[in-house]
Amino acid sequence: MIAVDAPASDPVPLIELRRVSKIYGSGVAEVRALDGVDLQIQEGELVAVMGPSGSGKSTAMNILGCLDTPTQGSYRFRGVPVESLDRNQRALLRRHYLGFVFQGFNLLNRTSALENVELPLIYRRIPRAERHRLAHEALAMVGLTGWEHHSPAELSGGQQQRVAIARAMVTQPSLLLADEPTGNLDTARSHEIMALLTGLNRERGLTVLMVTHEADMAAYAHRVIRFLDGRVVDVVASGGPG
Amino acid sequence: MLWNALLLALREIRRNMLRSVLTILGIVIGVAAVIVMVTLGDGATRQVASQIESLGSNLLMIRVGQRMGPGQRSNAPAFSLADALAIRRDVRAARAVAPSSSTSLTAVVGNRSWSTTVTGTDDAYFTVRNWELEVGRLFSISDLRGGRAVCVIGATVRRELFGAMDPIGETIRLKSMACQVVGLLRAKGQSTMGMDQDDLVLMPLRTYQRRIAGNQDVNLIQVSVRDGFSTEETTKELERLLRERRNISASEDDDFSVRDLKEITNMLTGTTRVLTALLTAVAAVSLLVGGIGIMNIMLVSVTERTREIGIRLAIGALEREVLLQFLVEAVALSSLGGILGILLALGASIGLAQLLNLPFVFNLGIVLIAFFFSAAVGVIFGYFPARRAARLDPIEALRHE
Ligand SMILES: Nc1ncnc2c1ncn2[C@@H]1O[C@H](COP(=O)(O)OP(=O)(O)OP(=O)(O)O)[C@@H](O)[C@H]1O
Ligand SMILES: [Mg+2]
Repeated sequence: MIAVDAPASDPVPLIELRRVSKIYGSGVAEVRALDGVDLQIQEGELVAVMGPSGSGKSTAMNILGCLDTPTQGSYRFRGVPVESLDRNQRALLRRHYLGFVFQGFNLLNRTSALENVELPLIYRRIPRAERHRLAHEALAMVGLTGWEHHSPAELSGGQQQRVAIARAMVTQPSLLLADEPTGNLDTARSHEIMALLTGLNRERGLTVLMVTHEADMAAYAHRVIRFLDGRVVDVVASGGPG
Repeated sequence: MLWNALLLALREIRRNMLRSVLTILGIVIGVAAVIVMVTLGDGATRQVASQIESLGSNLLMIRVGQRMGPGQRSNAPAFSLADALAIRRDVRAARAVAPSSSTSLTAVVGNRSWSTTVTGTDDAYFTVRNWELEVGRLFSISDLRGGRAVCVIGATVRRELFGAMDPIGETIRLKSMACQVVGLLRAKGQSTMGMDQDDLVLMPLRTYQRRIAGNQDVNLIQVSVRDGFSTEETTKELERLLRERRNISASEDDDFSVRDLKEITNMLTGTTRVLTALLTAVAAVSLLVGGIGIMNIMLVSVTERTREIGIRLAIGALEREVLLQFLVEAVALSSLGGILGILLALGASIGLAQLLNLPFVFNLGIVLIAFFFSAAVGVIFGYFPARRAARLDPIEALRHE
């Protein structure tokens, strides 16, 4: 196990996992999806997560996104232990600080791209006109101008993925958790998305944690964290963006 | 928060048009079926009751002989006018006493003829049977005393013999007698048993006895009981009086019968009430089937809804926001279905009532029951699966299969 040292200048990391385990099933069917993970991520970092299939990347992302609860260990967000928050507080944490791009997109069926992107804004009580403007902007950012009124069924996998990215970004979260955000995109599109993420990271200080299988994409990150069998096995400083 | 929930719910309804329409349809059919059936049943009951009422209120019918079976009576000496007068004098509960005798005869006017029932009676007949005159007059004292050849006719007889002509003052031939029409009765229509009540010719009893029957017999005495007196008590009193007058010893049975019209009323309204209950049962089944339909649609969509709830929770919706949205949606759909069902039912019942010639009786109770039942089904099966889903961890809801 490798402890991730926080830079001395920033004593409270944005994210801190301490000996986090996630166990599915029990007895012979027991699966340790995460097995004592320690992890720290500072505000403003762009971090890539890599590792073979089944190594626990998505499980970790779900826990960091407050969508799932760890079996053991503690998760602090800006120093606040998430275990101590109730369901509503965790929902508000998601609403105000987190953007999540799911591996399987998880868009609402039979709902236009625009309405999908608007959805988090509705829960934030953004007025209608403002909501429309922000949603249009977010879709333009991921190159989907002209596709606003198509439903997920009428969009390609890559387009759906970009709608999911737009939905995660439209609220201007502090932390973007993206589970393979470029998994369905061609190389050119992937680089566009990465350019977008690095831009937001630089200009707005958006912290990004993203799962990827591609070394090309991981190369945009400041650091690369490697998972294997539910453990963090390696953390390497990457070249970083630019 | 409510406004937001309404916004989300309306989006959801629009997004799932087919599901929404099917849900509404289930409620519409259930609600409409119950209301239509109960309304028509009530109408039928009301009609039967009012038809019987039109025969005369609190009416006792005294006939000679005992009923032996359908259409058969035992033989016994007829009543006389004196019997009727004795009742009029001695029975305080009797508001009006109408002695009468009837027979079937062919009535002729010019070259038209019509077979009808001719009844000899007196003015009390109009009271006991609730008859009113359309035009003309009733029998006068001198008509009755002198046995004059005058008659009052029903609407059917008028139509068949006179057409549109004014019958007053015209002459009808009955057997060998000529009789002048002095009055026309207001039409009553068919009786509950489907008999034409307007097919009759009435004349003074004395005229009938002398010119048609050729005897002094009275076959039927109808007694209208005063309000506030029980028909049962009056029946007993009549039986006592008549047994005495007819010299029936204590060991013998009555050779006449007193029939209370209220019994017939109760019997017939009882029958329609059973019918209404039956219709209501059928309607309740259709309401239940509608409810099961709604339930199925809601349950089938649970997987999809659970996933959707997972998505909403994941992007920061609170449990109570999601629940409020689904509750608003279920209530909106159910109420819309309920209201459409009520409108449809009212339209259909008014139409059917007209078609079947029944009075339209608005039954608020059943409208409310039907509405709240279907709304409850919609809300329960729309809301509770949503509640279960909203209590899951978002990731659990998203993984739901
Ligand atoms: N709901 C679950 N129930 C049981 N086991 C699970 C569940 N979710 C994940 N697992 C198991 O946990 C392990 C880690 O899964 P995870 O989805 O985190 O992998 P991953 O690193 O994201 O893989 P991939 O690159 O294929 O997305 C796997 O062995 C998987 O079988
Ligand atoms: Mg994964």
